[in-house]
Amino acid sequence: MTESAELSGIIHAIARDCLGLDGPLMEALVRINQRFGYVPEVAQAILAEVLNVSQADVAGVTGFYSDFRSAPPGRTIVQLCRAEACQAAGVAGVVTEVEAALGCAFGETRSDGAVTLEDAYCFGNCALAPAAMVDGRLIGRVEAKTITALVKP
Amino acid sequence: MTTVLIAKDSGAKSVGADAVAAAFDAAGADVIRTGSRGLYWLEPMAEIDGVVYGPLSPEDVAGVLDGEGAKCIGPLADIPEFAKQTRIVFKRVGAIDPTDVAAYRAHGGEGGLHAAQTMGPEWVLKAVAGSGLRGRGGAGFPTGIKWRTVAEEPTQQKYIVCNADEGDSGTFADRMLMEGDPFLLLEGMMIAGYAVGASKGFIYLRSEYPDAAETLATAIANAPFLDRDFADGFRFTVELRMGAGAYICGEETALLESLEGKRGQARAKPPLPAHAGAFGQPTVVNNVLTLAAVPDILAKGYGIFHSYGRKQSRGTMPFQLAGNIKHGGLVEVPFGLTLRQLIEDFGGGTRSGRPVRAVQVGGPLGAYFPESLLDTRMEYEAFARAGGMLGHGGVVVFDDTVDLAAQARFAFAFCAHESCGKCTPCRIGAQRGVEVVDKITAGENVDANFTVLDDLLEVMRDGSLCALGGLTPTPVESALKWFKQDFDKGASE
Repeated sequence: MTESAELSGIIHAIARDCLGLDGPLMEALVRINQRFGYVPEVAQAILAEVLNVSQADVAGVTGFYSDFRSAPPGRTIVQLCRAEACQAAGVAGVVTEVEAALGCAFGETRSDGAVTLEDAYCFGNCALAPAAMVDGRLIGRVEAKTITALVKP
Repeated sequence: MTTVLIAKDSGAKSVGADAVAAAFDAAGADVIRTGSRGLYWLEPMAEIDGVVYGPLSPEDVAGVLDGEGAKCIGPLADIPEFAKQTRIVFKRVGAIDPTDVAAYRAHGGEGGLHAAQTMGPEWVLKAVAGSGLRGRGGAGFPTGIKWRTVAEEPTQQKYIVCNADEGDSGTFADRMLMEGDPFLLLEGMMIAGYAVGASKGFIYLRSEYPDAAETLATAIANAPFLDRDFADGFRFTVELRMGAGAYICGEETALLESLEGKRGQARAKPPLPAHAGAFGQPTVVNNVLTLAAVPDILAKGYGIFHSYGRKQSRGTMPFQLAGNIKHGGLVEVPFGLTLRQLIEDFGGGTRSGRPVRAVQVGGPLGAYFPESLLDTRMEYEAFARAGGMLGHGGVVVFDDTVDLAAQARFAFAFCAHESCGKCTPCRIGAQRGVEVVDKITAGENVDANFTVLDDLLEVMRDGSLCALGGLTPTPVESALKWFKQDFDKGASE
């Protein structure tokens, strides 16, 4: 089976699994995004067909939520909280240092695909601010060097 | 064998609790992973026979087990920041394994359900109304009235929706509760369902809380009261649904849209969700802490809950100390103490050691208070009179290095980023706000731009569809009112 056929097959299966739910589209997108780290473009046609909604509906919902990436992320995903509590605890300095050390700006994936830097707004770790999440792992009182050490080459 | 309590709360883990737990385990101790007591400056923390050790690293473990005193803080009951609290909603959090049914029951769990079963739905509605409980999510609407409205709807299918989209910066009480005592939330939801005649509940949880998602999923699968006959043919099921990084979905109508699988855009009200909510059916939408307060109200009697607090703010409130704060964490106390008591007596002042300059209470849509307002009482009405709001009880402390013009700009930028786009004042106004603040701080036509800013704030406040656009002016106006000099920097240079 080709890679794209396999991808389509997985998306089909996820869509069918969600069919019995109330309001299945969001849940299907969440599961697809979890599975692949992004929502492949082909998902729109598949979800529209299986869930019996228009492709415009699927595109509209997909585009609304910041979690749903449109392209595969880097091998390491760094999310840094930019909200008020982390601002009060000095996240701005962490941002500058991480961007300089990794040669990549927040909101971007580095050209070699090693890392994606994303802004986040609150991990609920505000008593241990600033907070970051690296590949799903929450880090409190985070420093730039902790983040850069976790980025796989 | 020594029994050691160590939190598996994501905050505790974020500073190394897993490694400490592994070290205790390797040393032969009986480790029980619990929620966090909320004393985050002591995490990773261990509790042995009621005595607290922290903050620990794996290297400290041998010493702790040998009885060395280096990391010993003392009995939990003697730690002032904990001893002065009134833990009702959070009484089990940190004390038990969160998904251990036997421990839940041994510590008073299901007491609310038993009372409801004995006394019936009408009694539950009266008790919740009599307790004076108001919505803990931010709006502070009386819970009893909301439940009564849904109960009186003749429809067959109704829903209980738990708003677990705790997106306000500086808040983490919902997360702690879901990670530390998930059965309590499920018990509260089921009581709500029984009282209003709703057989189905949804928890809408934000994606930034993966640990809470895992704990809730386990709790839903193992809760001994869900999906089985309760009384008069009533049975209740709960489904967990995840959000996807949209702050606006904490607004109840946007949440309902998202739950239905749509873009998370705010709905015009009326109809209220109590009349036409999830999938068009009458729906109770309550915050995590609101639902979690109910079991104790029923088990102990609503008069006890009502006896805490002051005036129209009854019961206890789990406040959260965050940002630049020495002793950050969860503080559950009756309403009525002052913001200064919270920051100084519980929080110990700033972490940086510099003076407090501004405090934002109630999340991104809350006001920035100056030092002169720190004696405001932590009550819904007192905060409203002072030009702020309690919101979800988050307290973010800033020291004297903060630039309030930058914070005002951020309030607009955040609104622009998170706006659902449905109404123009919010969608366009927020972006214009960023631009106008930039012009003012650059010293460009300052007087004229202040006038534009005032106009813009009025349009957003009065013309927005929901609280995001409508309340974004609050932090901006408070910054202008109390910290005007920060905006004048550019103009004077």
